[in-house]
Amino acid sequence: MSDSGTLTPDTQNRAGLVALSGVNKHFGELHVLKDIDLSIAKGEVVVVIGPSGSGKSTLCRAINRLEPIDSGSILLDGEPLPSEGKALARLRADVGMVFQSFNLFAHKTILQNVTLGPLKVRKTDPKQAEKRAMELLERVGVANQASKYPAQLSGGQQQRVAIARALAMDPKVILFDEPTSALDPEMIQEVLEVMIDLAKQGMTMVVVTHEMGFARTAANRVVFMADGEIVEESDPETFFTNPTSRRAQDFLGKILKH
Amino acid sequence: MFSVLTDNWDLFGQGFWTTIKLFLISGVLSLVLGTLLGTFRVSPVPALRGVGTGYVNILRNTPLTLVFAFLVFGAPKMNIELPSFFWSAVVALTIYTSAFICEVVRSGINTIPPGQTEAGRAIGMSFIQVLSVIVLPQAFRAIQPPLMSVLIALLKNTTIAAGFSVAEAGAIPAAMAERGENQMLTLVWITIGFLILIVPLIFLQRWAERRTAVA
Repeated sequence: MSDSGTLTPDTQNRAGLVALSGVNKHFGELHVLKDIDLSIAKGEVVVVIGPSGSGKSTLCRAINRLEPIDSGSILLDGEPLPSEGKALARLRADVGMVFQSFNLFAHKTILQNVTLGPLKVRKTDPKQAEKRAMELLERVGVANQASKYPAQLSGGQQQRVAIARALAMDPKVILFDEPTSALDPEMIQEVLEVMIDLAKQGMTMVVVTHEMGFARTAANRVVFMADGEIVEESDPETFFTNPTSRRAQDFLGKILKH
Repeated sequence: MFSVLTDNWDLFGQGFWTTIKLFLISGVLSLVLGTLLGTFRVSPVPALRGVGTGYVNILRNTPLTLVFAFLVFGAPKMNIELPSFFWSAVVALTIYTSAFICEVVRSGINTIPPGQTEAGRAIGMSFIQVLSVIVLPQAFRAIQPPLMSVLIALLKNTTIAAGFSVAEAGAIPAAMAERGENQMLTLVWITIGFLILIVPLIFLQRWAERRTAVA
């Protein structure tokens, strides 16, 4: 038997596409990330939940170094996260990010928003970049808005464009930082559907969210954070039906009551 | 009334042509230098921020006449020779105006939400790319009205060069006095000349605002 044949899913899991170990981060006096160890396997969908101020967004932003960390290490596909400059930019190109407030480039059309990364960072041929962008916009259901500007679209549409923009870079993993928190209720579903679709197709995803329904249907693993620590980690079924920690029980009690 | 202008067409023509050259050359140079300084002032490097702040504090607070005097009378004493009075004027106007443009550009950059920069960084763009593709184009959209005010001020400030041996429009009254022409009418025609130069700038601003309008 070859070496690779002996790899069980478990050891792959430990190697991890994204691997954080002993990560600490302070905002002044506030200790927002406390000794975080987390490994995310290729194709895995990890949902991070927790009360606000628990550090989950910071954790998400640390993975592509939009927030620098104080200590510990973050490995991406086995490579340590570079601290600055070209190497960091190259690595960020492989990590998609979807923000709470969409952050589409306001002065660019929808199509340009999606082609900008491939053109400027990957130096893709313009025709090819455009063709691919239209396919992605088709996939997220906003191809008919391609020539409009972000401000002319609804929040749900903008967020779907933001997902297409991330996908255009062919990322190894996509980080979602509360992608539906700024949306009107009727628009949340259309964004979640795109995300569920991505999860089904095997995209590696880290999703910070308050959408418990999404966590139940799409997550392979739920990570519960409180006060900068990972308090509990399990599959969604176990987490929602039988949380072990006091903090998680409290949290679920508050949000699932009504 | 018209004879004052038509009889001295040579004087008016040459004067205003020099004004236009002064304005265009120092305008372009100020925009470049001012934008560069503006990006210095928001850069993550403290030394660059210091250079930007120091520059603005010195140049913006020095009367333009003094800036001219330093270049025309002071610089030669330090063995800095500029090719002509015209180029001394260009340098004086540029270093003075760029301090104002720097501040306008900086205020424009500050209106861009941090999320725009983060989104650019997140797709792997370099600092320079984020600045030139994402931040500055949006900043320029926001600053067109104050930027045009600075440029109009520059156009009028060119008349100070007359006091430093540059025969631009501001030097016309003195020459007309030698020819014994009516001073009042001379001034009226110079005013009209400046108005004619400023109107295209106003249309340029309107056009640029329309062109870069987003929804």
